[in-house]
Amino acid sequence: MIFLFYLLSTIMIVCALLVVFSKNPINNVIYLIMCFIAMAGHYILLNAQFLAVVHIIVYTGAIMVLFLFVIMLLNLNKAIIIRKSTVTRVSAVVTGGIFFLVLLAATRQTFEIDAKYPFNSEIGLVSGIGKTLFSEFLLPFEISSILFISAMVGAMMFGKKDA
Amino acid sequence: MKELSSAIQLIPLENYIFLSVALFSIGMMGVLFRRNTIAILMCLELMFNSVNLLLTAFSAYHSDPAGQVFVFFIMIVAAAEVAVGLSIVVMMKRNVDSIDINLLNRLKW
Repeated sequence: MIFLFYLLSTIMIVCALLVVFSKNPINNVIYLIMCFIAMAGHYILLNAQFLAVVHIIVYTGAIMVLFLFVIMLLNLNKAIIIRKSTVTRVSAVVTGGIFFLVLLAATRQTFEIDAKYPFNSEIGLVSGIGKTLFSEFLLPFEISSILFISAMVGAMMFGKKDA
Repeated sequence: MKELSSAIQLIPLENYIFLSVALFSIGMMGVLFRRNTIAILMCLELMFNSVNLLLTAFSAYHSDPAGQVFVFFIMIVAAAEVAVGLSIVVMMKRNVDSIDINLLNRLKW
C-alpha cells in the first residue's frame, strides 16, 4: 500500500513539473489531467470515494475540458515562444525551491498527529458526506448557488463583444 | 474495503504533508515562471489541489467529515474561478490579441 502511495506521488510530481516546464498548451492540459487522475487515486487511498468521483467529474471532466475549449477556440495550440527573461526564470525556480525548503523545515517536526478518534471508514462515503453537508453545512451549500449565478453572470459580462 | 481502510493507517500523515508542500511549491514556481495566462491559471489549479489533498488527508486521519465537505466547497469555488478567469483570458485575447501576462502591467506600478 505504501508502494501505491509512492507510485501515485511520483506520477503527480513528475506531471506537475511537466505542466510547468513544457511549452505546448495542449501538452500542459494533458499532463495536468494525468496529475489529477493520480490525485483521484490518492483520494481513493484515503477512503474518500465521494471526493474521488467528484474530482474526476469536476476537474478532468469539466474544468480541463473548459481549458481545452478556450485553447482551441483562441487557436493557441501551437507552442508559443513567450518566455520571461532568464533572470526571472532562474529566480522563479530558486524562489520555489526556497519556499519548498522553508515549508518542509516548518512542518517536519511540528506535527505530532495521532488519530484522536477511532478510525471510521464510513466518513468518506456518499452517505457520510451527504449527512454532514445537509445538516451542518446547509446554509453554505445554498449560498454557493448564489456564487455560481454571480460567476455565470460575470463570465457572460466579460464574454460580451462590446463589454 | 476493510483491508483498504486498515492499510491507510500504514502511511504516515507526514508523507501527505510533504507531498502537498511539494505540489504547492511547484504550482507557485509555475505562477512565477510562465508568461502564458492559461498556464498560470493551470498552475493555480495545481495549488488548489494540493490544499485539497492536505484537507482530505487531515479529515481522513481525524475521522471528521467536515474537512471533506470543505474540499467540496473549494471545488465549487475553483469551478467559478476558472469560469471567470477563462472569460478574462478570452477578453484579453480579443482586446490586445495576445495572452502574454506582461502586456497587462498598467496596474503594476
